[in-house]
Amino acid sequence: MSALSDDHLGSLRGLLDYPDLTGTRYEIRRKLAVGGMGSVYLAHDRALDRNVALKVLTIPDLSGERAARMMREAHVVARLEHPGIVPIHDVGRLSDGRVYYTMKYVEGATLEQFRQPETPLPDLLRLFQRVCEAVEFAHSRGVIHRDLKPANIMVGPFGEVLVMDWGIALAATLTRDPATTTPDSRSERASEAGHPVPGGESAGSYVPTPNTAAGTILGTPAYMSPEQARGETVDHRCDIHGLGAILYFLLTGRAPFEVFDSPASPDRIRKGEVTPPRTHDRRIPRRLEAICLKAIAPSPDDRYQSARHFTDDIVAYLDGLPVSAYRETPWEVALRWFSRNRFIVFIVVAYMVVRFLLLLWRGI
Amino acid sequence: MSKPVLGLILGAVLGALDGLTALFYPETAPQIVGIVIGSTVKGVIAGVIIGFVARKYQSLPIGIAVGLAVGLILAYLVAMMPDEQGNHYYVEIMIPGALVGLILGYVTQRYGRLPARAGH
Repeated sequence: MSALSDDHLGSLRGLLDYPDLTGTRYEIRRKLAVGGMGSVYLAHDRALDRNVALKVLTIPDLSGERAARMMREAHVVARLEHPGIVPIHDVGRLSDGRVYYTMKYVEGATLEQFRQPETPLPDLLRLFQRVCEAVEFAHSRGVIHRDLKPANIMVGPFGEVLVMDWGIALAATLTRDPATTTPDSRSERASEAGHPVPGGESAGSYVPTPNTAAGTILGTPAYMSPEQARGETVDHRCDIHGLGAILYFLLTGRAPFEVFDSPASPDRIRKGEVTPPRTHDRRIPRRLEAICLKAIAPSPDDRYQSARHFTDDIVAYLDGLPVSAYRETPWEVALRWFSRNRFIVFIVVAYMVVRFLLLLWRGI
Repeated sequence: MSKPVLGLILGAVLGALDGLTALFYPETAPQIVGIVIGSTVKGVIAGVIIGFVARKYQSLPIGIAVGLAVGLILAYLVAMMPDEQGNHYYVEIMIPGALVGLILGYVTQRYGRLPARAGH
């Protein structure tokens, strides 16, 4: 009998780690990622003969609280039917009682991997615009993500953009069983609490809650809003900060709060002290820097008040129009107009040159 | 403003300005009114044609090519008419005329409202 190699042992350990999917229509192919609450696997849906991403709770959950949260996550995301939000296909329990759900398997790269120094800025901004639109849609349905970061944005092979990992969003959005919670009842609770209801009553509402679960601050520090880092009550403007932090990454290639080994860093996050993007790269346009800094302003009141306003400024920038975050000098206005109308200026100048040359020619 | 109307107005303005450049040539002074009116009419015709093309085809290359062609053809028709001494001014009229057509083609493609499509 020959001894098993380390590789074989490693594979066997991995297989033992796989959840038992007996009784479901799925079979595991491989592990894709490990998250805070559960693991995500590439699974094959035998009934529909397609690959899906299967998320299953992996950490011990004696109280059943995490299972309930994961179930709520599945319910909330299932309601967010938008091309920019990863769709949920199925939810259920494994034979051992653990909750799982399946969602679209997105092949591609995370925004973190997709962004390369040579990627044209307008291309990145167009992708970013679609992220903003997806988040705006979620807000209009009363859902805030709370963990927006480049690693949670997938860019598919055909340029599709999907916002992933809505796990933390649940804690902020629903405090009752979503299946029995109507938009009206949530709207009622929001208005009782005196909080804004983005998107109006018909579009749903949300109840901002302290972002702590059992004393834990949720989110990713490098992209976290100051109020989130301080453990305060958050609302949809914490996602505006998250979007601004993603824009910061797209512009500079780094997170707004990157140095965690420094003792001052946690304090910097709580105060929202960010190094301006142009400090990292002087080629970043001032108008874009202003948009970014407005979105990640330390005070939520100083940020864009909705994802729609943020998107409007990004679109205006792409179209060569003035943006609300930046007051231009007359010289900058002229330069922007010239750059936007380069071709027409070129033809008019060509016309004048031709006329002048014809005059000279006639004079000879 | 619709694309044909935009073409008409811009064509009239550019045509008039183009005609006024004849003031740089003292020998054309006696005919300046006729030149300006003719040039304006030429601009209006070019603008309307190019505007209608822009309404039908939303393509910058097509708009520019059509603008250039229409500008050249109309300018050629004007340049065929000799002055009182029997001189022709093909170069002086056709090159600027083509550039005016180019401007019209570009502007009517980029600006101006398209007609609303009938919905289902």
